[in-house]
Amino acid sequence: MKWTRRDVLKGLGGLPIVGGIWWAGAANTLLYSKEKSEILEQLNIEPSLPSALPAIEGEPIRVGIVGFGIRGEQLCRALGFATKEWLQNMKTAAEENPNHTALKNFLEQDKLNVQLVAVCDAFDIRAENVVNSFSTEDFKVDRFKTHQEMIRSGKVDAIIIATPDHWHAPMAIDALENGVHVYVEKPMTHTVEETYRLKEAAEKSGALLMVGHQHRQTLSFKTAQDVVKKGTLGHVSVIQTNTNRNDDNGAWNYHIHEKANEQTIDWDLFLGSAPKVPFNKNHFFRWRKWWSYGSGLSGDLLSHDYDRLNCVLNMGIPKSITASGGIYTHIDGRNVPDVLQVNMEFPDFSTGASQIKGKEKGMTFIYSATLGNGFNRPTILMGHDATMELGNKLTVWPEGQSTKYAAMIQAQKMKPSVPIFQYNPSANIPDAISSATSQYFADKGLMWTYINGARVDSTFLHLREWLSGIRNGTKLSCGIKEGFEEAIASHMTGISYKLGRKIEWDEENQILKPIEGIDFNEVLLSNP
Amino acid sequence: MILNKLKWELRDSVTLMRIFIGWHFLYEGIVKMYNPDWTSFGYLASAQGPLKPLFLALTNPSIIAWVDILNMAALILVGLTLILGFFEKLGAFVGIGLLALYYLAHPSFPWLTQVNVEGSYWFINKNLIELVACMVIYQYPTANYFGLGRIFNKNKTEKL
Repeated sequence: MKWTRRDVLKGLGGLPIVGGIWWAGAANTLLYSKEKSEILEQLNIEPSLPSALPAIEGEPIRVGIVGFGIRGEQLCRALGFATKEWLQNMKTAAEENPNHTALKNFLEQDKLNVQLVAVCDAFDIRAENVVNSFSTEDFKVDRFKTHQEMIRSGKVDAIIIATPDHWHAPMAIDALENGVHVYVEKPMTHTVEETYRLKEAAEKSGALLMVGHQHRQTLSFKTAQDVVKKGTLGHVSVIQTNTNRNDDNGAWNYHIHEKANEQTIDWDLFLGSAPKVPFNKNHFFRWRKWWSYGSGLSGDLLSHDYDRLNCVLNMGIPKSITASGGIYTHIDGRNVPDVLQVNMEFPDFSTGASQIKGKEKGMTFIYSATLGNGFNRPTILMGHDATMELGNKLTVWPEGQSTKYAAMIQAQKMKPSVPIFQYNPSANIPDAISSATSQYFADKGLMWTYINGARVDSTFLHLREWLSGIRNGTKLSCGIKEGFEEAIASHMTGISYKLGRKIEWDEENQILKPIEGIDFNEVLLSNP
Repeated sequence: MILNKLKWELRDSVTLMRIFIGWHFLYEGIVKMYNPDWTSFGYLASAQGPLKPLFLALTNPSIIAWVDILNMAALILVGLTLILGFFEKLGAFVGIGLLALYYLAHPSFPWLTQVNVEGSYWFINKNLIELVACMVIYQYPTANYFGLGRIFNKNKTEKL
């Protein structure tokens, strides 16, 4: 056995190659990690974890549902009550398409300690659906004709209000005055005047009021609060948020039930305080299209976007609002706009500053909506030091002219085109300087929010928080303060759109600045 | 004799291919090993094609860590064996297995949306081509020509 020089060279030739590759791989990766942790350390953002609430113990909380339409049904499912029809449909859907996981998600949802005991709906078919689906052999769900009867029956501890907007406040006030807890859908009220009355009722009552802005449970929004609090963005001067929809459902042209008629619908009950008009199925099922019952884009969708940002920034009611728009995409008899642009001014609001004094306050919140195009325009917060895209995941990009990050940008440790922070609640760890790949996966919606391995619906979390508040006295994330701000901002927008004028908020007196000769409530309720 | 030595032969090309493929695998493995944040979750969660349920099952939180470690270890194993030239057949075999999995997780079938690809493919993609290259390496061993095999197997070769 004798090795020649050639043998040794050709035999061991692979070793330096391995050494080189190993060194290159390790060095590049460690450098990348080091730069990344340097940025993360500087940002010091704490990603939020799902909030832990004490269990809802004792006797089940007895809940009544008022309004079992599209949203009412969703809310009941989030409580753990799905109709037989829905369960059957989802079973069929899952058999046809194994990727259809609605049923699986529903079955995996944690059980809440509640009993759905009562229903109130002006449409017989819907009310009967609740009674038939959720009654058992030894327990029957009660149907009440009116909310007053339900509230006074002594059979409910709490009610969920998922009716048209003009019924929200009357029902919520009545329940609170009778010590019944309330979960009310957004917008909290239909007029300015009701907003004050509901506020008073909520503050006086021992019962709790929760407003249905379920996105307050979204983990990324809680992290976004920390991003802003740590001054990551610097002085935010503009927020842009949008509604982009282009389908019948998105334009509120919902399905009209084939069994709907004057015998199955209690028309007077539906109308309530609304102007008396003859029976109209279109109005009953598609009430969001008329100011008599709904609030159009301002109360229906802007309210969500406003509250999303109010949840992150806690900016309160804007100093003034101007709005304009029109009915341009759905000329089908509706009188609420389908295209709406809103500017909200916050001249004194500050998210902190890295610049010289005097450059730290003032912000415009821009909401732009169309029901005629579904292109995904994201929600963007534009600060002097960084830009944040707010969604189910968060992405923060540094600003090229940032004061705060000037040194890091100069050293090319940060680049304006590369995110410095990304938060995705489904990933194990916060990701700084994410690769194009992971960004792509996240954008595609391939990464879901999981809590203990189950896909979780934010409405479920919101309802659970309400129930825990009732039983354990834990804090509510969307109570009367938040509801009041959301309702006032929505109403100011509606009034501005209808009058074509700027509407101002008198912070000191907590009222809308009066305009001579104009009754704001009448304006909101008017049908142009 | 001298002319013969300078001639670039098939075994030279195969050896070069073996080293390049090993290089590719080793670097992928090392980069993953030194990055504590790396996970195959995204790649598996977005899997398509006939074996989608299998790949989705691998994203289960209780096993994803093992999937990641195994993948990393297999990449490094293939890289070391092919570059250094020992157990190259084992390395080529494992490489074929890995590449088959990568291909099946995101197959270039025209009816599937191509996720995160840098070229245009119709059934055949680079993973599949590299897989066939590993087959060649398996069938045409070159470790005794260039690699540790030349040292350790010298005895055997001489005895023969």
